[in-house]
Amino acid sequence: MAGKIEPTPTPLSEPYWEGCRAGELRLQQCAECRRHQFYPRLMCSHCGSRSLSWQRASGRGTVASFTVIRRGVSDAYPAPYVVALIDLPEGVRMMSTLVDTDPEAVRVGDTVQVAFEKLSEVIALPVFRPVAGSTSAAPSS
Amino acid sequence: MSGVGSGARSGVRGALAIVGAADTAVGIVPDRSPTELCVEAALAAIADAGLRKDQVDGLITCNAFAEPIMYHAEAVAEYLQIFPKLCITAGTGGGTTLAVIHQAAAAIMAGAASTIVIAMADSLRSFMTREQAMLTQSSTGHPQYEQPYGITVPAYYALIAQAHMAEYGTTPAQYAQVAVSGRAHAAGNDSAQMRDPISVDDVLASRLIADPLHLLDCSLVSDGGSAIVVTAAERATDFPHAPVYLLGYGEGHSHEHISQAASLTTSAARDSGARAFAMAGCTPADMHLAQLYDCFTPTVLIELEDLGFCGKGEGGAFLETGATLPGGSLPVNTHGGMLSHCHPGNPGAMFAITETVWQLRGSAGARQVADARHALVHAQGGIMSSHATAIFSRDRG
Repeated sequence: MAGKIEPTPTPLSEPYWEGCRAGELRLQQCAECRRHQFYPRLMCSHCGSRSLSWQRASGRGTVASFTVIRRGVSDAYPAPYVVALIDLPEGVRMMSTLVDTDPEAVRVGDTVQVAFEKLSEVIALPVFRPVAGSTSAAPSS
Repeated sequence: MSGVGSGARSGVRGALAIVGAADTAVGIVPDRSPTELCVEAALAAIADAGLRKDQVDGLITCNAFAEPIMYHAEAVAEYLQIFPKLCITAGTGGGTTLAVIHQAAAAIMAGAASTIVIAMADSLRSFMTREQAMLTQSSTGHPQYEQPYGITVPAYYALIAQAHMAEYGTTPAQYAQVAVSGRAHAAGNDSAQMRDPISVDDVLASRLIADPLHLLDCSLVSDGGSAIVVTAAERATDFPHAPVYLLGYGEGHSHEHISQAASLTTSAARDSGARAFAMAGCTPADMHLAQLYDCFTPTVLIELEDLGFCGKGEGGAFLETGATLPGGSLPVNTHGGMLSHCHPGNPGAMFAITETVWQLRGSAGARQVADARHALVHAQGGIMSSHATAIFSRDRG
């Protein structure tokens, strides 16, 4: 059975994946405008500055949207599984999956916390799990 | 009729006309390769324009997933044995179909070519294995930050649909109205791949693909080719059929990857539509029909809002009025759209353009929209990423 699709880190993105291996979600932060960005880039996507540093994110997030995939992209992705867009308090949005949850119970607005799924010696994939109690909330807005 | 055909010339307004249009057989067409379908469509459109192939001096194509060719337009020109002055393989996904009309208009205004064939075809149904199709699907996401999560193409659009539901209270039944409407139009089109009428309940009872999208919320997987011939508006009356003029055009580009979209629920169709209406000097109320990109049902609902046919968040209620149905105030996807007519991938919206030509010529037969003079065609590529809106008219403007 073919494995999951593995990202190939580049010199620019290696600190992100290094963080994931160490159990940290790291984001680029601009030294000039202080804003964060995702995905990693050469320049600050807000102000254009090249003065970027890597900072550890809180790892907390909110489900901005999600879907339950009923037909997986390959055998390595047994359906049903959740793909979600997660808003981080640092002001960025990233795609991820939700683990340790009933797909039917996920709602927009749920609070989630990052975890890491080891795919290989190089890649630990950031995934999110619900923060206890948050999934029983009514759908937001 | 508020201002259609009036106002100063701006951009490509009134510069270009479509003088030839043709589709191949669509649906399941196993006896032609994608390249052969592209050639068949080009030849038929050239014949429809009353031309010989040696009178064509420009060719624009897009590549085919099922038969990728490194220099596609050159290969098609070679196959046809035409020797154009302008030869472009274009690619911005589903938006390509309209973007190239803009580029053709600019080329004609610049004198780079005078008679341009735009021909596109693919054979996703008969010339791709499921494995190839899934590989193509999975390659659409960001290779580091999206693909590893196993996202599928329907799932991208499901993220948009779910966000619209959370923000505006839109329901799966309202999305289903788009599929029902498309099928009602297709029922009157003998060319359409799927013609049996369906109900909202049928859509909701079809299996879930990626919540909240059901199978019948997803467009077809088809073979097919389509082509048009465009030329300068001032010579467009020298052809056998009534010309269809480009009155307005606009694009909007907001992102490539859905995780980078500034908004999941408001698209750059707002920009492309505003630019097209401004160039044409008209408003949504002037449109007699609209062909809206329907790879999945939520795209039509959001396009109706962002193009200004209804207010933001009111797309579901607008669909429930039946306005988009045959005989409605704004018939949408009068050929059946990609949900019911055919969807061979990137060429998908070509069929919206040829259908619009026939509607504005008044030759659409049983499905003719009465007195259709002005029509809007909208296409988008990526994941609601690149938007292109064109306004066509029987009047030159």
